[in-house]
Amino acid sequence: MALKLSDYKTEFHNDWCPGCGDFGIENAIQMALAEMQIPRHKAAIFSGIGCSGKTSHFINVYGIHTLHGRVLPFAQGAKIANPELTIVAAGGDGDGLGIGAGHFVAAGRRNVDMTYIIFDNGVYGLTKGQASPTLKLGEQTKSLPTPNTNYNVNPIGLAVASGFTFVARAYSYDVRQLKDLIVAAIKHDGLAFLDVLQPCPTYNDINTRDWYAGVESTDSSEKPRPRIYKLEETGFDPVVHYEDEAELDEKLSQALIKSLEWGNKIPTGVFYKNEIITPYRGRIKDKIPNYVENPPALQRISANGKPITDVSKILDSLEV
Amino acid sequence: METVDLSWLIGGPQGSGVESGANIFSRVCAAMGYQVFGKREFYSNIKGEHSYFVVRVSDKTIRSNVNDVSVMVSYDAETIFRHADEVTKGGAIIYDSDLSKTKTDEVPSLDNYFKSRLEKLLESKNKEFSISGVLEYVKEKGVKLYPVSFRGILSSVAEETNNPKLKGMIRMFNVLGVSLSLGFLGMPPESLLNSIESIFSKKPKIAEINKQAATYAYNYATAKFEKTKFSLNGGKKEPHTILVQGHQGTAIGKMVSGCRFQPYYPITPASDECVYLESNEILEIKEDRPGSTVVIQTEDEISALGMTIGGALTGTRSSTCTSGPGFSLMAETLGWAGINEVPIVITLYQRSGPSTGLPTRHGQDDLLFAINAGHGEFPRIVYASGDIEESFYDTANCFNYSDVYQVPVIHMLDKFIASSVITCKRFDPEKVTIDRGKLLDRIETEDYKRFEQTEDGISPRSKLGLEKGIFWNTGDERDEYGHISEDPVCRVQMMDKRLSRLEYILKNIPQEDQVVSYGVYEHCIISWGSTKGPILDAIEMLKKENLNVGFLQLKLLHPFPSELVKSLLKDAKTIIDVEANHTGQLGSLFKQNTGKDVDYYILKYTGRAMTSTEIYDSLKKILENKADKREVLTHGA
Repeated sequence: MALKLSDYKTEFHNDWCPGCGDFGIENAIQMALAEMQIPRHKAAIFSGIGCSGKTSHFINVYGIHTLHGRVLPFAQGAKIANPELTIVAAGGDGDGLGIGAGHFVAAGRRNVDMTYIIFDNGVYGLTKGQASPTLKLGEQTKSLPTPNTNYNVNPIGLAVASGFTFVARAYSYDVRQLKDLIVAAIKHDGLAFLDVLQPCPTYNDINTRDWYAGVESTDSSEKPRPRIYKLEETGFDPVVHYEDEAELDEKLSQALIKSLEWGNKIPTGVFYKNEIITPYRGRIKDKIPNYVENPPALQRISANGKPITDVSKILDSLEV
Repeated sequence: METVDLSWLIGGPQGSGVESGANIFSRVCAAMGYQVFGKREFYSNIKGEHSYFVVRVSDKTIRSNVNDVSVMVSYDAETIFRHADEVTKGGAIIYDSDLSKTKTDEVPSLDNYFKSRLEKLLESKNKEFSISGVLEYVKEKGVKLYPVSFRGILSSVAEETNNPKLKGMIRMFNVLGVSLSLGFLGMPPESLLNSIESIFSKKPKIAEINKQAATYAYNYATAKFEKTKFSLNGGKKEPHTILVQGHQGTAIGKMVSGCRFQPYYPITPASDECVYLESNEILEIKEDRPGSTVVIQTEDEISALGMTIGGALTGTRSSTCTSGPGFSLMAETLGWAGINEVPIVITLYQRSGPSTGLPTRHGQDDLLFAINAGHGEFPRIVYASGDIEESFYDTANCFNYSDVYQVPVIHMLDKFIASSVITCKRFDPEKVTIDRGKLLDRIETEDYKRFEQTEDGISPRSKLGLEKGIFWNTGDERDEYGHISEDPVCRVQMMDKRLSRLEYILKNIPQEDQVVSYGVYEHCIISWGSTKGPILDAIEMLKKENLNVGFLQLKLLHPFPSELVKSLLKDAKTIIDVEANHTGQLGSLFKQNTGKDVDYYILKYTGRAMTSTEIYDSLKKILENKADKREVLTHGA
């Protein structure tokens, strides 16, 4: 029987603020899982700490709400141990690019086949609005006593530089595009990163829904000029098509250049996609030929309570 | 027949083959049927600092090092400066005669602390601050000297084999040192050549050169060195004896126990285990396709433990391996495993702290930290092995405990165990059982609750990927499904559910696996971990003088088996706590749990493991009522 969207929803009370961008992301994840008809027990949402960390409780698949900044290690561990699982990791920008930045970079280098979604709103919501790593230098959101003194992290640029093989951005109020990007990210064979721009109606009074819609910046006919645009509508080709240094350089550098665009024009869509680079699974398989069919989680280790691993050759080599 | 018991020391700059030299020596002794106990000491350094290996050889059971060195072989000056004074009367020093004129000032790696101590000693004996000064001094103490020019030997081998390149191959000094020792001790040359062959099995040319040099040096010693009372000419070979290194017990234990996932971050002295696991990552499985241990080098220890937990959630037996600094980083994540009742094993090879401390030296200073690491209150097991052989079987127990009680298990070992090499009975996988507790393979019900309240407080455990087994985990307090709950009644139920496990663990782990009693007398030692070997050897030395001291080896340290310990100690009058730290952590734990003070402490925190000689000396003082409350041991360079 086909799984319905409602099958992916839990009854757990959702306590996000009214109007929060998180809702759009949660819905899009559920829509993507339903569209792909992923059996509920084969999927797991791993989440970090913060408002976004609660996402795993709202989705009716395995849900692992981890520690602040540590969502990627937990998620990678599960995926490496059982590659049959579909794993989506979710967390805030503070979680992933502040306290968890080291794991972000290391995860890119590994390229484990899973999806990582950052709920990017520029503030630490649950602790009452401190500046997060993506807030721009000098900006002062409403609960900051003084303007932000740190330069911002560029999530797209960092992902590209760290080795993520699918790098995209979405906007939480464009749920259709967001859902499509989540499906593409899950289908991507390698580590996919999705930076989701998301207003925080309570604490970020700069990057608001109206700001993204360009309400204050109207054109001559007094229509708002939306800041968000879609890369695919500009003919942008993010895909590394073949193994070639010049091709790779071009695709990496155009992604980096695009990642710097901000202000009046904010690109969304896929910035970079490379399926030529071997996912981590393949790197393990090079050393352990039957890893994919017989990964750690599927191995038998005992029969009738006794071990079945035969270490006699190792012990022979130690005999004197 | 007189029993054989000798200690052989080889030293040299790090990177010069001290360890491989010692391995050859140990292997030859073991092959002859002797018991071997070897230990390596080294600096936190790649090349150049002083490293040494002491191998004790006997035809009776030995479990420790002793203070006295019987035979020392040295191909550099520093080894003589640092260790000549440890050689016993009647003992021998085989050394490179080309170094006799070397002065203390000419050895830059001799640190000022040691140098000034040595020079003071030499001054008091009216000796020059040089190798010849030191050697004159020890000669007067009754040590026999065997000078030989190592370069001279290389030249002769070069000439004999018509291979002038050999002349400059000072990399072979270690093999020369070992070969001279074997000749001197009257050991058979065949096993020497076999050992060299197996060590260089992938480099036949190098094996050949080494064999030529070894043969020459061996014959040289046989012909020229005057014999002493020290000789090794045949032990009693027990069938199925293995020569095993510290990290191999836990590593092989993990393979047998079915650990299939080990993320780790490099740290001394723990990473050797991981490297060994990875080197043997493909496993033979009885009547099935090959299995494997997936070993992942992570970006830090936080990630290592996070990944380990991720693996464990899929039902995979998962573990990580670390030392103090790494374990400190894991504290928060450990609490997550605790609240979510995730079975994992952390193999904790302690070294001396605090902070980076003595990064390549021994210590047992993390006991209370292992018990208390992480904020909040959650159940865990802290379990300590006393030696390499035990560590194999204990590893299997630790995995069972973690699965059955659904708690993180911290398996304590230390640098002493990690850098020891011993002979022992071949590990017997038949003695290992695998108990996965309430891990489910199938779920029939429609309303599975991961944290369902049960009579014993332990809930049936699903795993990621299992149909009808969906659950939620969170570091927040949670309800039976695993969803966040801040309800006060739920909180109490969940806290009680988790922490009731500590009592349950004490009731269910067999008592003989909690505490091992080696006899209880009026004087009784309590201790934990790697002090076991030197304590048992010291007790045996006392026994020969008709003095009895009891010994309880505490293996289960948390939850603490208070009642068991109290009842075992009911006839003991004087309790002696032996451990390698400054504050007597087991003593504190003992007092906290039994209400009793220990009477004496025997402590060591130099970063060097205890010798049985030192423990014997302190116990003797205690028995004679001449000891201080705190006996602090200091032997060892």
